[in-house]
Order: sequence, then C-alpha cells, then structure tokens
Amino acid sequence: MAMTIDADSCTACGACEAECPTNSISMKKSAYAIDAASCTECAGAAKKPKCAAVCPSDCITKA
Amino acid sequence: MGNVIALDGILGVGQLKARQDADGGCSSFQCGSSAGADDLPPEVWEKVKNHPCYSEEAHHYFARMHVAVAPACNIQCNYCNRKYDCSNESRPGVVSEKLTPEQAVKKVLAVAAEVPQLSVVGIAGPGDSLGAGARNTFKTFDLIRERLPDVKLCLSTNGLALPDHVETIKKLDVDHVTITINMVDPEIGAKIYPWIYADGERHHGIEAARILHERQMLGLEMCVAAGILVKINSVMIPGINDEHLVEVNRWVKQRGAFLHNIMPLISDPAHGTHFGLTGQRGPTAQELKVLQDQVAGGGTKLMRHCRQCRADAVGMLGEDRGHEFTAEKVAAMDPVVDDEARRTYREHVDAERAERRVSKAAALAEVIEQAPEEKAILIAVATKGGERINEHFGHAREFQIYEVGPKGVGFVGHRRVDQYCAGGEGEADALDTTLNAINDCVAVFVAKIGGCPKKKLEAHGIESVDQFAFEYIEESALTYFKDYVVRKGQGTAADRSGFDAVIRQGAFTGQRA
Repeated sequence: MAMTIDADSCTACGACEAECPTNSISMKKSAYAIDAASCTECAGAAKKPKCAAVCPSDCITKA
Repeated sequence: MGNVIALDGILGVGQLKARQDADGGCSSFQCGSSAGADDLPPEVWEKVKNHPCYSEEAHHYFARMHVAVAPACNIQCNYCNRKYDCSNESRPGVVSEKLTPEQAVKKVLAVAAEVPQLSVVGIAGPGDSLGAGARNTFKTFDLIRERLPDVKLCLSTNGLALPDHVETIKKLDVDHVTITINMVDPEIGAKIYPWIYADGERHHGIEAARILHERQMLGLEMCVAAGILVKINSVMIPGINDEHLVEVNRWVKQRGAFLHNIMPLISDPAHGTHFGLTGQRGPTAQELKVLQDQVAGGGTKLMRHCRQCRADAVGMLGEDRGHEFTAEKVAAMDPVVDDEARRTYREHVDAERAERRVSKAAALAEVIEQAPEEKAILIAVATKGGERINEHFGHAREFQIYEVGPKGVGFVGHRRVDQYCAGGEGEADALDTTLNAINDCVAVFVAKIGGCPKKKLEAHGIESVDQFAFEYIEESALTYFKDYVVRKGQGTAADRSGFDAVIRQGAFTGQRA
C-alpha cells in the first residue's frame, strides 16, 4: 500500500513533499518520487492521502 | 543595456534641470497610485517611494526583480496553469527555471551589480509564495537581508496560508504583501476556483471559496494591523466578477488595503488554462478603465501601471532582462555590488522628482486658466523610462496611456504592442496591432516616427507628435492639450471620445535585441 507519482506529469513543485507525514517523498532526477516502503497513504494522519490532495498536476495515484 | 534608463540620461546636468516658473502646489487629479510625497504620511511615503509597483511615479525610475523559488501552489485558479513556458510567454505564474534560495540570492546580487535602479525583490511564485510551508520564500528573504539590507522585500500570495505567516513576514521586515482577491462572495468564487488545499484536505466548490475568502480577509486584517502595506490584485473576468469587483473594492477599502490593482484576464487558448479553453474573454481597454474609474478614490489607491509580470521578471516594469540572468549565467558571475552607486542614484532621483512636482503644477495652472471646462483626452506615449518621451515609435513594445484635461494629467495604463520596427523594416501587421491598442487616443507622443506609419496613424484619426522628443511626459501632455483645445475650437483636431481599444493577449517579454 503506497502512492506513486507519474514522473511525466510531475512539475517538481514540491507541494507534496511538504505535506507528507512520513517524509516518504523526495526529489529523484527531474521529478519527485515516493518511497513505497515507508508510505502509509496517510493512514492515521488524514482521511485521504495528502500528497494527492495537494498536487496541482493531479499526478499522484495509488500504486 | 536593454531599455533600462541610462544613468547618464538621468544624471546629466542639463536634463535634470526642470522649468521652474511655478508657484508649486499639488494638483494631481487622480490620487491613485500616483499619490506622492504630499498625499501620504511620511512613514508610508518612505516605504513606497522607490517601489515601482506601489508608486506609479517610482515605476519610471526603479527596477524590480522576482525570484522564482516557490513552485508549489495550494489552490487552483481557472485562469492559471504553470506548465507552459516559452520565451514569448508572459503571465504571472510562468517561469523559465526554478531556483533554490541560494541560487536566488546570487541572482539578486548579480542583478544589483548590473542594475543600480534595483530597489525591490519580490517572490511571486510561480506557485504561491506561501505554499509548501513557505520554507523557500523565508529562507531566500533571510539570505537577501544579510547581503543587501537596503533592498525592499515583497511577496505575493493568494492569501490562503497568509494568516499562518504574518508574524514571520513582519519579523523578516517584509514591507509589502500582495493578496490576489477576486471575490468576496463564495458563489462567485466557485466559478473561479475549482479547488483549494487547506488543513490537509482538498476542498471543492462553494466550500473551497468560502474558506479562501475567510482566510483572505483575516490575512488582510492581520497584515494591516501589523503595519504591513497590502496591495490587492484582482483579475477582471467579464461576466463572472466584473461588476462584483466594485464590492471587492469596498471590502478591501474597509479593511485598510493600501492599493487595489484591477488587472485584465489573460486567457489565450494556447495557454491551456480552463478559461482559455472555454473561450472566456478578457475585458476591453475601455471596460477596464470604466471599472477602474468607478472604484478610484476613497482610502485605498488604485494601481493602473501593473504589467502582470512573470514570476521571474527582472528590470524596470515593462521590460524583462531575465534572459541575461539565467541560472547558468549567474553561476559563472562574480558580482560586486556598488552600494555607493545605488545610493547616489536614489538621491538623484529624489531631487529630480521634487523639481518635477513644481514644473507639473506650473503647466497645469496654464491649462486651467485657458480651458477650464474642456473634456479630457487620452494620449499614448512611447517611453523607456525617466518620465520622458524617449522612445522611437517603431521600437516601442508598449505605449503608456495618459488622460489629460483641466483636472491634470493622470496615468491610465499601458498597452502592449508588437514592435513595429523589428529589423529596420516596418511591419504592417504590427502597425494594425498598435492602431487597435491605442484606438481610444487622440495622439501618440514619440521621440521619432517614420513617414509611413505617421500617415497611417493620421488616416486612422490619430495624430503623431514628435515635437516633445525627450521632454517630460506630463508637462508635454499639458502643453499639447492647450493647443488641442484651440485647434478643436477651429475644427482642425479630432474628438475620439466613444472609441475603444484592444488589450493585447499573450506574447510579450519586453526583451530587446
């Protein structure tokens, strides 16, 4: 259970990185990527995954 | 040098001399952002006098730069997307490259070394300056304060996160905050904002607009209470919020906003924004002016000289020297900032502006005496700064529009055009754009103009005037107006009231070869 970022649509704005409660999001080459091992899909932190809610490009989905 | 005013042009002894046959006194008819030293409390004047966005007069003399360190945004607006960038693109929300705070500071130093007119560094995106916790924005300001204490700092935000950060903004000595407020009624807001992100959740529709509205008002009140000058930006969207902006103006006036800037919607379909794709049009020049005139006056001043700069713009308003300061070029520079030159420039401008106030008043007194009842006219001016008519018609990328009449000279706005004379040859298409852009004007003031465009303008009913080349704009406009009134009486001058003009969409960079 983890979220994933579509690197082609990501504009590398960093909005998701600032929201992630488990610090699972970091910059990889020209786009951000989510560490599937530590992503909890915000279980216990929010009703829905925060990264997907803040993403202006709507490019974060469930893996 | 681009079109930054040459220092010697302004500091030249002969040119500094202004006509001094007046009794003095201020008679500016529209306070607007043209408010000067006499109209404002001294501590406020001190804050705005060298800020090209907050003082219309200052925008002729001082330069600003935006550093693009804030790519993340917390709301979606129907007139914005940030995906598209080309060298001909100029909209807020568009940049060519994002910077880290360290890169941004080096860029600021590089520009300060090259452009002594630099007085303001702002952060306006390309997302929201307070998005993603505002970390990059505040770190950048911190670093700039250390290196260039005399530069003014400002930021621009949609206001959603503003209440959380007012304290930090105050602590960092950021004097100027701009909030984009397009509505005070959530039902109208729902037509402009599809969603916002607040408190860890995405909100849609009227609820989203209501949250945004409440935070905007709270942020505005908190800033005013903290002594921060607040400018309100509003995008005029015909059929959605055009009439409503009168109400917005009332709300922000009541809450102590310093300046209200109503800007036309930019909605070229090629930009791929929601409004662009759905065919939502922007206002015409006269629609914009009518609304601006309607809300002018009262405690909050009206800004009319906004250029809707990119979030990485560099230079005087109306020009962009960003291409000279790309990350790659800046990395190779070793800038040395000459604080002495910067101070000298500010002192000369102070002196020049004081003299100007006297000569403007004298010119106006003559008009009032000769034509007290005459209707005001619009004129277009080709200028590259310094409040002078100092640009060739064919080289102008924009014309500044002034209203002149027995109540004085007032700045109305600027109109973008295509450069008529791109490679030495005049281009007919570009001339048509210019004719559309200044169609509501009686005359165009230029430093020089070719015979062919002069004839075409004449056939169109617009007089081209080069007799005031390199003179000051406002004094020349008044002198012209006196003569115009006489000629109109004889039936030899045109009356162009009732004409409208087109606001240019899209491509404009203000770059020069």
